[in-house]
Amino acid sequence: MYKIIYKKCLNDFVIMMDVEAPLVARKAEPGQFIILRVDENGERIPLTIAGFDQKQGTVRIIFQVVGATTKKLSHKNAGDYLSDFVGPLGTPTHTEGLKKVCIVGGGVGCAIALPVAQKLHAMGCEVHGIIGFRSKDLLILEDEFRACCNQLTVMTDDGSYGRQGVVTLPLEEAIQAGEAYDEVLAIGPLIMMKFVVATTKPYQVKTIVSMNPIMIDGTGMCGGCRLTVGGETKFACVDGPDFDGFSVDFDEAMQRGSIYNNYERHAYSETCNLFTKEVE
Amino acid sequence: MAANMNPKKNPMPSQPPEVRAHNFNEVALGYTKDAAMDEAMRCLGCKHMPCVSGCPVNIHIPDFITKIKEGDFEGAYQIIAQSSSLPAVCGRVCPQENQCEKHCVRGIKGEPVGIGRLERFVADWHNTYVQEPPKCPVSNGHKVAVIGAGPAGLACAGDLAKKGYQVTIFEALHMPGGVLVYGIPEFRLPKSIVEKEVDTLRALGVKIETNVVIGKTITTDELLGEMGFEAVFIGSGAGLPRFMGIPGESLKGVYSANEYLTRSNLMKAYREDSSTPIMKSRRVAVVGGGNVAMDAARTALRLGAEKVYIVYRRSMEELPARHEEVEHAVEEGVELLLLTNPTEILGYNNPEDKRDPQNGFVTGIRCTKMELGEPDERGRRSPVEIPNSFFTVEVDAVIMAIGTSPNPLIKKTTTGLEVNARGGIIVQEETGATTMEGVYAGGDAVTGAATVILAMGAGKTAASAIDIYLQGN
Ligand SMILES: Cc1cc2nc3c(=O)[nH]c(=O)nc-3n(C[C@H](O)[C@H](O)[C@H](O)COP(=O)(O)OP(=O)(O)OC[C@H]3O[C@@H](n4cnc5c(N)ncnc54)[C@H](O)[C@@H]3O)c2cc1C
Ligand SMILES: Cc1cc2nc3c(=O)[nH]c(=O)nc-3n(C[C@H](O)[C@H](O)[C@H](O)COP(=O)(O)OP(=O)(O)OC[C@H]3O[C@@H](n4cnc5c(N)ncnc54)[C@H](O)[C@@H]3O)c2cc1C
Ligand code: SF4
Ligand code: FES
Repeated sequence: MYKIIYKKCLNDFVIMMDVEAPLVARKAEPGQFIILRVDENGERIPLTIAGFDQKQGTVRIIFQVVGATTKKLSHKNAGDYLSDFVGPLGTPTHTEGLKKVCIVGGGVGCAIALPVAQKLHAMGCEVHGIIGFRSKDLLILEDEFRACCNQLTVMTDDGSYGRQGVVTLPLEEAIQAGEAYDEVLAIGPLIMMKFVVATTKPYQVKTIVSMNPIMIDGTGMCGGCRLTVGGETKFACVDGPDFDGFSVDFDEAMQRGSIYNNYERHAYSETCNLFTKEVE
Repeated sequence: MAANMNPKKNPMPSQPPEVRAHNFNEVALGYTKDAAMDEAMRCLGCKHMPCVSGCPVNIHIPDFITKIKEGDFEGAYQIIAQSSSLPAVCGRVCPQENQCEKHCVRGIKGEPVGIGRLERFVADWHNTYVQEPPKCPVSNGHKVAVIGAGPAGLACAGDLAKKGYQVTIFEALHMPGGVLVYGIPEFRLPKSIVEKEVDTLRALGVKIETNVVIGKTITTDELLGEMGFEAVFIGSGAGLPRFMGIPGESLKGVYSANEYLTRSNLMKAYREDSSTPIMKSRRVAVVGGGNVAMDAARTALRLGAEKVYIVYRRSMEELPARHEEVEHAVEEGVELLLLTNPTEILGYNNPEDKRDPQNGFVTGIRCTKMELGEPDERGRRSPVEIPNSFFTVEVDAVIMAIGTSPNPLIKKTTTGLEVNARGGIIVQEETGATTMEGVYAGGDAVTGAATVILAMGAGKTAASAIDIYLQGN
């Protein structure tokens, strides 16, 4: 059993929790994820490690309530226990040697992007952040990003905060203005990542995307998380979740992501799942 | 006592096919005491014991059968327990027809003695009637780590614990049992039996740490270093699923057997109270011919499929699954498409509407007919395509059960551990010793996908080798 030490609501749909899991905290690196089960008959769901504290032995997760399991998780409070919490899984985000990076985060994807941004910043890399949300009330982690980005642009779809428009807008402007990024790192809904790649590809700016397919075990045992990358089958849980954006077959990934849409028992998911937003 | 010369085995009482095809309860119900004693009387007690030579762990078969004849079922159990750690499991899932029963003298003129059924009877009798006081042995102070809680790891841990070692099993999943809990379905191996074995280990003082992925959470090097384990046994299985590489394998409704079975067995997707989803398909094609394929096909039926096909590229004779499973599957209504090879999986695509939610779901599988070619050096006749014999079967799900390989995770994160071309960990057969001092391995992680009894046997072999190694230190 894994104790929830701390809980905070970041907005109406996004919740942050620190969970006691010293073995996971000991090894965690930005870009890796955990798999948890809330209770005995629960589903296994993957969530990115949004932060960790090795001294306290805690791991931070930030999740959006989209369906049955995340809803159940949102009802847990500090002091409650989760029945399973395994990790760190996946390959850490590659950061070595990077001097200048643009991090593009969309919605709850910003939670995944943050630890990478922090690590790059701590390494002395110049970090430009572009984070996008549908509207002001969904904005999360702005202060945290400000603290680790040399430049931060906040975008909202409806213009209720920051600049109005999609994240690819300022990205393209920056590239056109001559910002020489070693890498663009895009983390968010599939459709956003697809458009980021479409933006960077003409300029041949290396672009890494963080894929979120449906997973079960997270160890390479089921193949449910498979993607086609550069014509080859890859398992996101072990080979990823980061992949070269130019090689990922996004259309296939979007289709696969919707496999259980008819089975989801929660109407909730219709309205607020940023990961499948606009995909269906 | 005169032997029972009936040429046929006592039949196994089973749920009728039309009933069991719709429930997840165990199919075979087990011998009654009378049937077991009657079956035991068919054994001739051969002096040269050909059956024993067919048993991968050399259970003293005629001896335990003699005890059954005498009505001493616990005595029979104790004889089996000398050689096997998991009799209730192996009695159910061993391919006896290729092992002990294949060599049985009674098999020459009729059916062999139902050795597997007797083993199961004895083990179930013991589990029901004998409350073993957990004799927690005196600790000898040595710490051993076991990676993976499948049959290999469980057997190794059990033997070491009985010798007084402090054993910790590290398991990646949230539940111990390996394939016994995530792969083999409830209707063939009730999970309560595996739980009972695991409880026995805990009573012996074995610690089981679930949710620990060796290579990620902790490395083998750390186990041997800062964590203070003096020896490590790797029983991590062969869980990496293969795909065929044909077009359409990424469509919605294409599963690896591992995913399909894990959703159903480990995550209990067949039950209403589980929150893990699984597609409830109408028509299903399972590609492959092993036990895994049969299990997937029979699971699909139980999840409500109207029609389930097994698509296998060789003929009935080569079908690698246990005979009993094939028979059961066919009785339940699974149709075998033999000498058939899939070439493409077809999916729905609405050219008018890119957002049609049906887009990307499987609609069929395109196959070609095969014939067996000339035998190769090893006498195996490999299937060759019959030109222009394409046909399409309408299905809404395809399950790939074409084999698995050892997961490279541990190899990649352990310095000095060597594997062969197929990814199997290289060991000395007599001891299970790997290329790293103090590190032993066994089961599917070494051999690639094999059997429960071989994995269990390898775990026991390594346990005695570890004992010798640590006592020598
Ligand atoms: C590597 C990885 C990292 C992730 N990190 C985060 C994170 O940091 N924060 C966050 O909010 N979300 C994250 N996700 C997505 C998160 O796992 C899903 O939102 C969650 O599983 C939904 O579960 P549910 O039962 O609440 O919703 P459901 O009603 O079951 O599903 C809603 C939608 O979520 C997706 N989903 C469902 N089950 C899974 C699954 N087992 N694996 C992946 N996606 C699934 C599907 O697209 C589905 O349509 C991550 C996913 C992956 C693969
Ligand atoms: C569907 C199916 C049906 C089968 N039917 C039969 C049958 O009827 N008869 C028969 O004899 N055999 C059958 N087999 C084969 C048999 O189950 C296997 O040969 C046997 O389970 C192998 O045992 P093992 O202990 O080596 O590995 P496994 O049972 O695979 O156990 C390995 C364990 O190690 C864990 N693990 C893996 N990597 C790590 C890691 N890095 N860290 C921690 N833990 C890890 C896994 O999660 C797993 O629990 C079947 C297999 C399948 C899949
Ligand atoms: S070969 Fe058959 S008949 Fe002979 S001892 Fe073994 S089980 Fe009995
Ligand atoms: S989640 Fe099962 S193989 Fe990746």
